[in-house]
Amino acid sequence: MAVASVSPTPLLKDELDIVIPTIRNLDFLEMWRPFFQQYHLIIVQDGDPSKVIKVPEGFDYELYNRNDINRILGPKASCISFKDSACRCFGYMVSKKKYIYTIDDDCFVAKNPSGEEINALEQHIKNLLSPSTPFFYNTLYDPYREGADFVRGYPFSLREGVPTAVSHGLWLNIPDYDAPTQLVKPRERNTRYVDAVMTIPKGTLFPMCGMNLAFNRELIGPAMYFGLMGDGQPIGRYDDMWAGWCIKVICDHLGLGVKTGLPYIWHSKASNPFVNLKKEYKGIYWQEELIPFFQSATLPKDCTTVQKCYIELSKQVKAKLGKVDDYFLKLADAMVTWIEAWDELNPSEGDSAELANGVGKLTI
Amino acid sequence: MAQVSIPDSEVDIVIGAVQSDLASFMEEWRPIFSRYHLIIVKDPDLKDELKVPGGFNVNVYTKSDIDRVVGSSSTTVLFSGYSCRYFGYLMSRKKYIISVDDDCFPARDNKGDIIDIVAQHVSNLTTPATPFFFNTLYDPYRKGADFVRGYPFSLRHGVSCALSCGLWLNLADYDAPTQALKPGHRNSRYVDAVLTVPARTMMPVSGINIGFDRELVGPALFPAMRLAAEGKFRWETVEDIWCGMCVKVVCDHMGTGVKSGLPYVWREERGDAVESLKKEWEGVKLMEEVVPFFQSLRLSKAAVSAEECVVEMAVAVEERLGPVDPVFARAADAMVNWIKLWKVAGTRSAVA
Repeated sequence: MAVASVSPTPLLKDELDIVIPTIRNLDFLEMWRPFFQQYHLIIVQDGDPSKVIKVPEGFDYELYNRNDINRILGPKASCISFKDSACRCFGYMVSKKKYIYTIDDDCFVAKNPSGEEINALEQHIKNLLSPSTPFFYNTLYDPYREGADFVRGYPFSLREGVPTAVSHGLWLNIPDYDAPTQLVKPRERNTRYVDAVMTIPKGTLFPMCGMNLAFNRELIGPAMYFGLMGDGQPIGRYDDMWAGWCIKVICDHLGLGVKTGLPYIWHSKASNPFVNLKKEYKGIYWQEELIPFFQSATLPKDCTTVQKCYIELSKQVKAKLGKVDDYFLKLADAMVTWIEAWDELNPSEGDSAELANGVGKLTI
Repeated sequence: MAQVSIPDSEVDIVIGAVQSDLASFMEEWRPIFSRYHLIIVKDPDLKDELKVPGGFNVNVYTKSDIDRVVGSSSTTVLFSGYSCRYFGYLMSRKKYIISVDDDCFPARDNKGDIIDIVAQHVSNLTTPATPFFFNTLYDPYRKGADFVRGYPFSLRHGVSCALSCGLWLNLADYDAPTQALKPGHRNSRYVDAVLTVPARTMMPVSGINIGFDRELVGPALFPAMRLAAEGKFRWETVEDIWCGMCVKVVCDHMGTGVKSGLPYVWREERGDAVESLKKEWEGVKLMEEVVPFFQSLRLSKAAVSAEECVVEMAVAVEERLGPVDPVFARAADAMVNWIKLWKVAGTRSAVA
């Protein structure tokens, strides 16, 4: 039975890093100050490294520009995108914390229907600290939320849930639409506040947006590679999508959960749809092949760690997606480089949490 | 996406009456229900005279009607208690059926407006479902929403929606142990979403507030799982849960969708969860047995219609669950008999 949580949400201020990719400035942090100030920030500066990014006073942070990335990773820096917010995954790699929250620099504090400011980070923490339920859909959404529970007919043996690896938040105002949709509906704004968190069921893929995303780095970090995008690459705006498909296959395999829904942030900036179209164009075609690939991807039983799963996935990408475009051969190599770099930078962790027997009695 | 306008004449509202006095129930629903044709089926075990207010376009079926169609020996077995509503599904000749328990009333949405559950269910059923890929902004066909970045274009036309599962404010559909443990627990959260439950994902379908496309899945909604100590409270039944697991398999196999979420009804309290606890456990135990079965159940290509799917499922139930508990063997029988009954009494050519 789900236990109603009465105790306050832990801050986790020494266990969580906030990773922010930026190319402009960090003015948006002023609005987040009441919620973020206690946390350590990792700023990944994309674009021209000679530009000085001003961080508002009072924040504890480390900042990496392209020169830093090259210095730290050496030749392996090739796996980190340039001129694309995909570079943020470098922040995941250098973090030493258990949890990561990543947010875009055009995302602000939203208000709930009662007019109160939403502490997005607190909600993500709640989501990550409570179990997920990927094996059976609960019609009243997240049963661990206060005021909710498992409904009649929900098997008791599945009520313990599994650990939550990812918490995917949403956006009010400018929705995360692709370029064609943006062009057709330039004025559409997301004004619907859906008061729910839910687990995305096992075996189901989803479009993971990196604008407002939190995850348990120890459980899934090495799989959060945001791919090769931007400068010198044939594609953009598919970094988070790629990571989302990879992490979902791996989470399904390892018996980990992915939640989506609350919290909302306020997305203020609509990017230029024509620019977006150019970036996404190939992705729109490629994803028709990518989706069946991920939907049918299976990982062998001996892939018991995230790194092993990821390396295996990279082999399958090379073998099966190379025929779609040579880009995927490069990407598969970059996936391996990423894992090598991750393990180099995180040696004491060893392989991320080995989950030999993720789930309760029922083997799914 | 443009909303399709469905004529009222394509909708039947089916109410299973497990209590005899429907006066306040009907009056509360009058503004919403009165334009539609209603089918009210009286629980054959109910002794008292059924009280239905005037001014409705309604067909009432009682025990004698049921006896005439199925034979009096089958009446109680099939249609006792909450299962009486299935007789209404059998008798209906409309495309869309909306069904709600008689202890539910119109609820208000988060703007304070009364929720028209018929309009919402019909909207859910007449807009596509998207079971193959999860849309993070929920139903992309709702006004103000769409498919998000990264949603494959080839999947955006969706599939037909066969079943619409609504929710409940106030007394949510919890099982007896949960309600007994939290007696004061009431659902006050209005979640403004409809979403497609993904293919191959199992779910608990509650019979309290549903809509379905009778042409697509009518035969797959059946009273088959009767608990030994089944009573007159939802806490003491799993018939809808069993049926719902089957319907989901059928929909997944036929490539149709199941939605869940809006609309909400306001569910009043009846009964005592602690009392029901004593009877509930059989259902709870049975659920544990069926999960691996449904997870791995695959139907053959030969099963094309809902009827064929149910017959094939019945064979699988008999073979794989029959040995586990006699209630499953009985359920398998009931499923086969239901399809026979449906062919005789449920199809267009049959005389009601």
